[in-house]
Amino acid sequence: MESGTQVTCRYAGTDLEGTYITDRDGKAVIKLNSGYNIGVDPSCLSVVAPPEATEAGEMAVEQNASLPQLSIISTGGTIASRVDYRTGAVTSQFTADDILRAIPGLADIAQFRAEVLATILSENMTPAIWQTLAESICAEIKNGAEGVMVTHGTDTLAYSAAAVSFMLDTPAPVIFVGSQRSADRPSSDNVMNGLASAAAAISDLGEVAVVMHGSTNDDACAIHRGTRVRKMHTSRRDAFQSFGMEPIGTVAYPSLDVTLSGDAVRRRPDTEPVLAATLEEKVGMTTFYPGMSPDVVDAFAGYRGLVVCGTGLGHTSAPVIASLKALIDAGTVVVMTSQCLNGRVCDRVYDTGRDLLAAGVVEGEEMLPEVAYVKLMWVLGQTTDTEEAARLMATPLRGEFGRCSYNGF
Amino acid sequence: MDFEYAKLGLKAGIEIHQQLDTAEKLFCHCPTVLRDVEEHTGEFFRYLRATVSEMGEIDRAAREEMMVMRPFSYYAYDTTCLVENDEEPPAPLNPEALELALTIAKMMGMTPVEQVHVMRKLVIDGSNTSGFQRTALVSLNGSLPTGERIESICLEEEAAQRVEGDTFSLDRLGIPLAEITTAPDMHTPKAVHDVAAYIGMLLRSTMKVKRGIGTIRQDVNISIAAGARVEIKGVQELRLIEEVVRREVQRQVSLVEIRDELLSRGASVDEESHDVTALFSDTGSAILKRAKAIHAVCLRGYDGLVGREIQPGRRLGSEMSDYAKKCGVGGLFHTDELPAYGVTAEEVTALKEAVGAGENDCVVLVADTKKKVTCAIGQIRRRAEMALEGVPEETRKMLEEGSSAYMRPLPGAARMYPETDVLPVPVTGAYYDALVLPELLSAKAERYEREMGLAASLARQMVYSRRCGLFEEAVSRGVKSALAANTLLGTLKELSRDGANVAAVPGEALIDLLVRVETGAVAKEAIPPVIRALAEGQDIDVAINTVAPSVSREEVRAVICATIAERDAFVREQGMRAMGPLMGVVMKELRGRADGKVISELLKEELGKIV
Repeated sequence: MESGTQVTCRYAGTDLEGTYITDRDGKAVIKLNSGYNIGVDPSCLSVVAPPEATEAGEMAVEQNASLPQLSIISTGGTIASRVDYRTGAVTSQFTADDILRAIPGLADIAQFRAEVLATILSENMTPAIWQTLAESICAEIKNGAEGVMVTHGTDTLAYSAAAVSFMLDTPAPVIFVGSQRSADRPSSDNVMNGLASAAAAISDLGEVAVVMHGSTNDDACAIHRGTRVRKMHTSRRDAFQSFGMEPIGTVAYPSLDVTLSGDAVRRRPDTEPVLAATLEEKVGMTTFYPGMSPDVVDAFAGYRGLVVCGTGLGHTSAPVIASLKALIDAGTVVVMTSQCLNGRVCDRVYDTGRDLLAAGVVEGEEMLPEVAYVKLMWVLGQTTDTEEAARLMATPLRGEFGRCSYNGF
Repeated sequence: MDFEYAKLGLKAGIEIHQQLDTAEKLFCHCPTVLRDVEEHTGEFFRYLRATVSEMGEIDRAAREEMMVMRPFSYYAYDTTCLVENDEEPPAPLNPEALELALTIAKMMGMTPVEQVHVMRKLVIDGSNTSGFQRTALVSLNGSLPTGERIESICLEEEAAQRVEGDTFSLDRLGIPLAEITTAPDMHTPKAVHDVAAYIGMLLRSTMKVKRGIGTIRQDVNISIAAGARVEIKGVQELRLIEEVVRREVQRQVSLVEIRDELLSRGASVDEESHDVTALFSDTGSAILKRAKAIHAVCLRGYDGLVGREIQPGRRLGSEMSDYAKKCGVGGLFHTDELPAYGVTAEEVTALKEAVGAGENDCVVLVADTKKKVTCAIGQIRRRAEMALEGVPEETRKMLEEGSSAYMRPLPGAARMYPETDVLPVPVTGAYYDALVLPELLSAKAERYEREMGLAASLARQMVYSRRCGLFEEAVSRGVKSALAANTLLGTLKELSRDGANVAAVPGEALIDLLVRVETGAVAKEAIPPVIRALAEGQDIDVAINTVAPSVSREEVRAVICATIAERDAFVREQGMRAMGPLMGVVMKELRGRADGKVISELLKEELGKIV
């Protein structure tokens, strides 16, 4: 039976009227006229009428030509999506009008062009899509966009932001934004995050950033540097946190006033974006854990790069060091980061650290492991020389680490 | 005021919302306890906005709540979690709550839903952090012994409780509620009361529903033939339910009369409104003087009707004011009530002139910021035009004593969409068949009368008491029903009235005490002072020793010997026949502090030595 078919169902001694939605676990799900869904035996249904064409005439949203031009590139995040309750599928709502309807208030901030780059769940993101994304953003900025918003699922949003940070040297704001609570709920954070990211995208910022709730309150969004941010909670609105530095700015709500810190890279109006989108995909990442078998490291044989999240200042057990050395000798660039997430790697304090350095491991400074991973892909996409790669990894390119460590936590 | 309800075509139905006394909330594992607001451990604030339903519409009730965007504050506790904060997906539907809801359904002969689907019902008045209330239809079509039909039972999550203004407390959010909806089968106010009372009794019979004010709330749906369906929310006291129905009928009758009068006058509502701010630049009215903008609209032919009472304390003007308040204004003035509130007769004349009002017209004015005033005038015009139609369909809230005020339009099905985060729950026939039904309190009261010989009123009081479970336990442990009932109802009530904290007495201690009284270890007269000591936190043994020290076997023997010695002649004359009379004397002497069996045994022994 087709979704939307008008049916009656002989049930509980009466005829229930409703709309057939779908089959689930052997039951027919029908929406009663009261709005409630129930699951009943499919044999009780009889068809009254075929599905009605329920497409409500959706209003066109007027764009104000006097406002700055922004581009929205969608990768399939929930921020502007709509769930089709009949099929359970997420439908793409990605024309400019769809997004302006989903986030009322955007049309007062800027005029928008919108592009659907992908409609995927965040965990299905790939380096190949990062490359297309960086290219699209670059094209939009070259095309006159004052800023670009990238809507993205939150789970791997920070990876994408870091990847684009390295692939694209941008003179204009590139703002990654998502929502933690689905767009179909009245309490969704998509409106506040969406409006705040638009405000950030027309601001004086000139780098890749992530704009999300700053606290559980609806009072301000934080602007995080794209290479310094991490999702730190599965479900809270303020899951995104900056590491090793304060957020580079805030957007107050509902005023949408943008405040940038001294650290924030500023907009460079007369500069063209520079794209270097090649990535080496043969790069891995692994976490060291007590009792780890060296086999795990051996499995990365043939990889051009490997990021290890070591313990504390950046350590692994002695047997693992031997395997790492074999990898390095075979030409793999191995970068050490820390599971601590906060703080800098230093392999010169303890013996195992010195052994790691002797084996040829590159210290990852204060880079977050996933940032080091993305950076290593990019670096190895730019050079085949392992020494040059090691030098680039130890050089801050997009503010991914500082020379001196942050005085806070 | 009473009406001929049959003639008016009164139809009423009720929705009863009953909090269930489960260990955990409906969609998280937090306890279902209410807290003092002073105990809150966190506070946060959020905005809500209406979203488009799966059918592509915004619900009309939700749209109206959106007219003013306001921040809602929430108090969090150490007994609430991220689910209440709307920061974590819900846990699976609480099986204890579902079982209870289905048990209630079975008690009314309903058919369970084979697969229960949790829905989201849009509510953006701030009472739910998510902006929706989770609710699931669990059973359909039952009936009461008196014939009224039960349409459905839904299992819902309780909303957050308003602390004040737009601040809510999260302790109540998520407590399971059974929502029982009757068909519109009641035709008199009394019938509504009786059905509500019966369902209340049935719910209490499960012994697993919350007790106390606010734990059961009735929404009443009322219409008369010439009126329209109106839902009055939140009637917390059964005693007010008849009055609510009576007053709503009165309101609908009055609104129909006003409509007829308006139509006969050829009344209409002016399309344009007037900025009359300048007129009141020197006014003595504090409200008007403060306002940035004052707008007025002329209602042609409405003179005298806006000020007409339609319910005790309520006028057509109050209804317009309710609508206007949705825009954030404090209220309105109309010429049916002016001059008053510091507005002079001269100002009224000038006002009427400014808007071109004639003798039959009523002018309504609103004062606030320009934005709010513009919105409010629109709402006033809307409500005034509705008066030409008669009774608008709407959701109303109950005011003290049974009148009501406008809340929002009746919501439609557009406010319901599936809760995609909770999996459907199957309900099999075997599961439903296996549910054990509790004894109805009405049947239990009859049984207490029949089997235990309690007086009818005492039996009824006992089954409705919170201590009914204690009573049953005491009786099962050999305590006579009258002793148990009188102690648990009468004695406790008296002590409580005298200021003893009887709620602090553990049930087990009460039963223990009753058992000791029954076996003669403690005198009946000692019950009140012992309970008083228990209420002060004393251990039961300590309490009894202090108030009514128990008597050792040897002491009993000594009392018996002394008694026999005093009645030496009588004993020698009567022989073992003296046993009965002496028993009474000894019992009196010991004031019930020793077990009758022990006394009888020792008395027999001592008499045997002499006879």
